[in-house]
Amino acid sequence: MKPAPFEYLAPATIVETVAALAQHGDDAKVLAGGQSLVPMLNLRLARPAVLVDINGVAELDHLREAEGRVHIGALKRQAGVERWAGARLPLMAEALRAVGHAAIRNRGTVAGSVAHADPASELPALLLCLDGAAVARGAAGERVIPAGELFRAPLTTSLRPDELVTEVRFSVPRPDAGWGFAEVARRHGDFALVGAAALLWLDDGGRVAGARLALFGVGGTPVRGSAAEALLTDQTPSAERIREAARAAAAALRPDGDLHASARYRSEVAAVLAERTLTAALERCERAA
Amino acid sequence: MTRTVRLTVNGQAREGAAEPRLSLADFLREVLDLTGTHLGCEHGVCGACTVLLDGEPIRACLMLAVQAAGRSITTVEGLAPADGLSPLQQAFQDKHGLQCGYCTPGILVTTQAFLRQNPSPTREEIREMLAGNLCRCTGYHLIVEAIEAAAHGPAGTHAPKPA
Repeated sequence: MKPAPFEYLAPATIVETVAALAQHGDDAKVLAGGQSLVPMLNLRLARPAVLVDINGVAELDHLREAEGRVHIGALKRQAGVERWAGARLPLMAEALRAVGHAAIRNRGTVAGSVAHADPASELPALLLCLDGAAVARGAAGERVIPAGELFRAPLTTSLRPDELVTEVRFSVPRPDAGWGFAEVARRHGDFALVGAAALLWLDDGGRVAGARLALFGVGGTPVRGSAAEALLTDQTPSAERIREAARAAAAALRPDGDLHASARYRSEVAAVLAERTLTAALERCERAA
Repeated sequence: MTRTVRLTVNGQAREGAAEPRLSLADFLREVLDLTGTHLGCEHGVCGACTVLLDGEPIRACLMLAVQAAGRSITTVEGLAPADGLSPLQQAFQDKHGLQCGYCTPGILVTTQAFLRQNPSPTREEIREMLAGNLCRCTGYHLIVEAIEAAAHGPAGTHAPKPA
């Protein structure tokens, strides 16, 4: 249970980090909070020749709001973002409380969880739900990767080996938007068997102006509930319509079964959680109105 | 290549040699001879190795010793006063909040920080906090009672020592 030997680099700037990644490419791994990578090193599931520790890159430790989005630097720990989100973005605060335990969130970063792309984890799904994006810096420059183009397969993203995620961006919903978050796990802090995040906002006539639904633990990547969103948008919401939308989202899923839950169970729970989170979102819309 | 790591542990300046791949947990145990910090799963699941990093609980098996340079660490050895036990430790003894004791250091350290942030937790909040620390002996019941006793008892003073 000890990592294989590696060369340890601790750059002080983004430029130095990107240069190190350009030099070592596939042989290098970026270390931020380490709550996913270090277990893989300890178990020797990952044996990078070079570890590029970005914990000394002060310019990655930022959190700022601009133009309706929150920009979260690659070094921002989940615990700190949770404190910020409590009043400003309660959906994110709720999702973060479900990430591991306090001791994990004190080290783990939001951007690192997104880049790790575990299909059962909360933050990649939240990135989908909140129309988010990852900002990647490589030798060729910077690009913004929308959430819908980031997640490719379990633990696999469209990031290139020489790219560093410098920040992740989430839209901050309008204040009257309603939200819901739920997951089913064996114990608090365990990886979810299935989870859902939902967002709804209404127009002046009480119709759904916008709907977002993202599900996790239901496939190789987090999945956007596009069928549900389409069935709700421009409609007057009701319990029946939400149930129909949730069923439609679950019907589009192709979850895998494993030791912890069968595929059929996951589909069924996805429908239930989609309905619960959309219902919670609608109730919050109505309270805000 | 070995580096010298200088840090503060339980209020004292310490230093020792570490290869980059050495975990903080192994550094504490094997280099600094502070064997109160236990290692269970070594991949962040069991919580036995939890220590405080600048006052906040973290998994010492998931941090490299070289990353702790310049930081302040509190281990279970740092919880007790010069003689006797801390109020939390005393509550664990009084309520039989341990059997084999392997998980206890991690639970004490985690709870110390938890009670600082939430001095009067509900039973539900205590159980949620404990979900990050595996105990295979007790079934948690007496651990919860010990934490409740520490929080609500007359000696409910669990202010952490400055690290």
